[in-house]
Amino acid sequence: MALEANPPHSEDGASRQEQGSTQARQYVTFTINSEEYGVDIMDVREIKGWTHATRLPNAPSYVRGVINLRGLMLPIFDLRSRFGQGETDASKTHVIVIVAVGSRTIGILVDAVSDILSITQDQIRPAPEFEQGHEAAYLHGLVSVSERMVALLALDRLFDLAGVREGILDAAVAEAVPQAAAQQAIA
Amino acid sequence: MTDTPFDQFRRTFFEECADLLTMAEGELRGLDLNAPNSESLHAIFRAVHSIKGGAGAFGFDRLVAFAHGFESTLDALRDHRLRLDRDHHDLIMRAFDVLADLVQDAHGESPMQGGSEQDIADALTRWRGDTASPAPLSASPAAHEKNSGGGCYLIRFTPNTQMLAKANEPLLILRELKRLGQATITVDLSRLPGLCEMSSQESYLSWTIELHTAHDLDRVRETFEFVLDDCELSITEHDTRKTEAPAAEGTEAPRGQTSAASPTSMRVDIDKVDRLVNMVGEIVITQAMLSQQIAHMQIDKHQELMTGIEQMAWHTRELQESVMAIRAQPVRSVFQRMPRLVRELSFALGKEVRLVTEGENTEVDKTVIEQLSDPLTHLIRNSVDHGIETPDQREVAEKPRIGTITLSAAHRHGRIVIAVDDDGAGLNLERIRARAIERGLIDAQADLDQEAILNLIFLPGFSTAAAVTNISGRGVGMDVVKRNVQAMGGRVTVESRPGQGARFTLSLPLTLAVLDGMLVRAGGERYVIPLAGIIESICPAPGMVAKLVGCGDVLHIRGEYVRLIPLHTAFNLHDDAQTNGLVVLVEAEGGRRAGFIVDEIIGQQQVVIKSMETNYTHIPGISAATILGDGRVALILDISGLMDMRMMNPSSSFAPDTTAYPLSSDCLPS
Repeated sequence: MALEANPPHSEDGASRQEQGSTQARQYVTFTINSEEYGVDIMDVREIKGWTHATRLPNAPSYVRGVINLRGLMLPIFDLRSRFGQGETDASKTHVIVIVAVGSRTIGILVDAVSDILSITQDQIRPAPEFEQGHEAAYLHGLVSVSERMVALLALDRLFDLAGVREGILDAAVAEAVPQAAAQQAIA
Repeated sequence: MTDTPFDQFRRTFFEECADLLTMAEGELRGLDLNAPNSESLHAIFRAVHSIKGGAGAFGFDRLVAFAHGFESTLDALRDHRLRLDRDHHDLIMRAFDVLADLVQDAHGESPMQGGSEQDIADALTRWRGDTASPAPLSASPAAHEKNSGGGCYLIRFTPNTQMLAKANEPLLILRELKRLGQATITVDLSRLPGLCEMSSQESYLSWTIELHTAHDLDRVRETFEFVLDDCELSITEHDTRKTEAPAAEGTEAPRGQTSAASPTSMRVDIDKVDRLVNMVGEIVITQAMLSQQIAHMQIDKHQELMTGIEQMAWHTRELQESVMAIRAQPVRSVFQRMPRLVRELSFALGKEVRLVTEGENTEVDKTVIEQLSDPLTHLIRNSVDHGIETPDQREVAEKPRIGTITLSAAHRHGRIVIAVDDDGAGLNLERIRARAIERGLIDAQADLDQEAILNLIFLPGFSTAAAVTNISGRGVGMDVVKRNVQAMGGRVTVESRPGQGARFTLSLPLTLAVLDGMLVRAGGERYVIPLAGIIESICPAPGMVAKLVGCGDVLHIRGEYVRLIPLHTAFNLHDDAQTNGLVVLVEAEGGRRAGFIVDEIIGQQQVVIKSMETNYTHIPGISAATILGDGRVALILDISGLMDMRMMNPSSSFAPDTTAYPLSSDCLPS
């Protein structure tokens, strides 16, 4: 009888612990201008200062290039440019946040890393739907922390490769069009 | 990787099959028909037996059925119940092909038609049936009086731990012995420890067997064939008058045998080796960066640091060589497939050809070995088909009736050079030229030197013509050879001595993990152009460049118009569109040419190839990336990919400026 009575107790304890860990997750936050964004700390591999990136041919404008991370070819994405606010004028004080997105590892160029926050699930508010621009689709949600608003990024949607490939295609088409137009004009 | 243990076993089985087949085929090829070496026959038999055993465990019934018949035939051969003559040697060779095909079939790589192995299987059975009819008699233990080698043997058999580890069961051996005759088996329990100390991995028993049998010593020893290396064994002919027999007779032979075998090796997952190779690549780059850094420092202040870095450079180099050596394999495994090809082809074409191989032990990276087979097959086929004349023609030309093809491999300048040399008729320049004009590949008036004419055989159109009309002009699949070799970063050249023979030479990198490239600068970035595709670099004079509507610029060089591709606009690098530059003339497969416009040629160097697709995506015009000495990334150009890109921006103009870039040797790499 005593044996039977024990398991529910320990199970209870375990589930309570588990609940605790899902409730408060840690997020690394960083800034662009005065806006603050966050990603799950479990996805963050490393943070390093800006270094020269080799530009990639026909890449969308938010792809800054590729750097060598201990032998790994690491593509760098400019978050500011991704949100259509122009290219970051990167200097030594700018920061690359290296994150895992699915099976890939990528770097995100931001202005500065600001904080590590513990955020519980019930603090996260859904991002409002905007008519124009689909930035909201790239967000997990919004959190307000002591009167600051932090936007939690959905990295898989923000930097998916289909988008990059489309970007490469767009760049190619953009180059090809004037040429076709020129040919037509001559004809 | 989600791998069940079963998948792993399966994979190991197929890897072992490949090794066994290669080994056995080599043995079979080396077999002297007049005096077949029993060691070779044993080795071949063991290989087929092992494949059969493994196939049984995995339920490849078709493979088991065929291997069983094959094994019986080989068994009869080594028992001298069958005699190996030339025809039957061919049959065994063909049986080997079928066995290899069945292994592939079981692997799911290239499915075989049902029952297609039946012909060979029947032929094997017929052969056994023809001559082996008395065999069942002598095999039966009852046939005492017929056998001269029979008698009484005293066998001492002590398995060691490895034997159990290799899943060999002593009981089965004892049972087999009992089948040979009347056996009195005594077990020796003296080494048996107490129950508490006993380990299930350990072997504690040994046996003494007194065997009265009609079979000879060889047959008795065969019973132990698979465990010879893993036990102590003595077999002595036991005279009933002498009870004490001298021991150790049987142990000598197997010991000698093992020492002759190849050095011990282990099977490692290629992924693990790749990771190691990668890591060492990183160390090499880091080391280069450090060396570059300290070059600026004052030597006298940091003497110890300097010494340390120098030492590290030394060790790094050694480490790199050792790691690359892990993946290196002798080219033997590819060369060994060629004799059969020659045999079959020469038979089909009614020619007599001898194949000589040299430098079989030359080592090259596994990745290269895997891709070597196709081009070599093409070249050998070509030599037998078009190079070597028929015996009668050869006699007329006062040459020996038997033609010789020499297949050789050697290391030269950090590359592997493989040559296929034949003493045939050589290439007929006139005919090649005529065919090329006929196919519209060259202009009838074109003035070509010998080398240029010989190179025509590598054009795709050319080979098709030769194959379709089946006229004896060189060039079946030569474009394929060139494409395969170029894909590996190699070059192929041909030399011909009319009436005396021809030589095809492949020059390949030792590994596909590194590439010989030319480092150039364009649009503010550095790029690597694979050296294998580069024809020359030039500083064009203004008159050589013309504008073509919709095409951008073209370069007029030696009577040919070549499209110019400015890298900075092709890659959309939005730098200043104007470039005063150099042209690197390149050639893709199929002889297509283009000129890449670059700003500077930095130099030639070997680079480590890194995939861009792991974290990013495929980029048109780029094949991979590499890390330069300063730690930065440079992209490796995909020559044919760039030619396929149609995004030329005609607005960007290329203005060759002869004053800025005088046509002198110092703007070109030596």
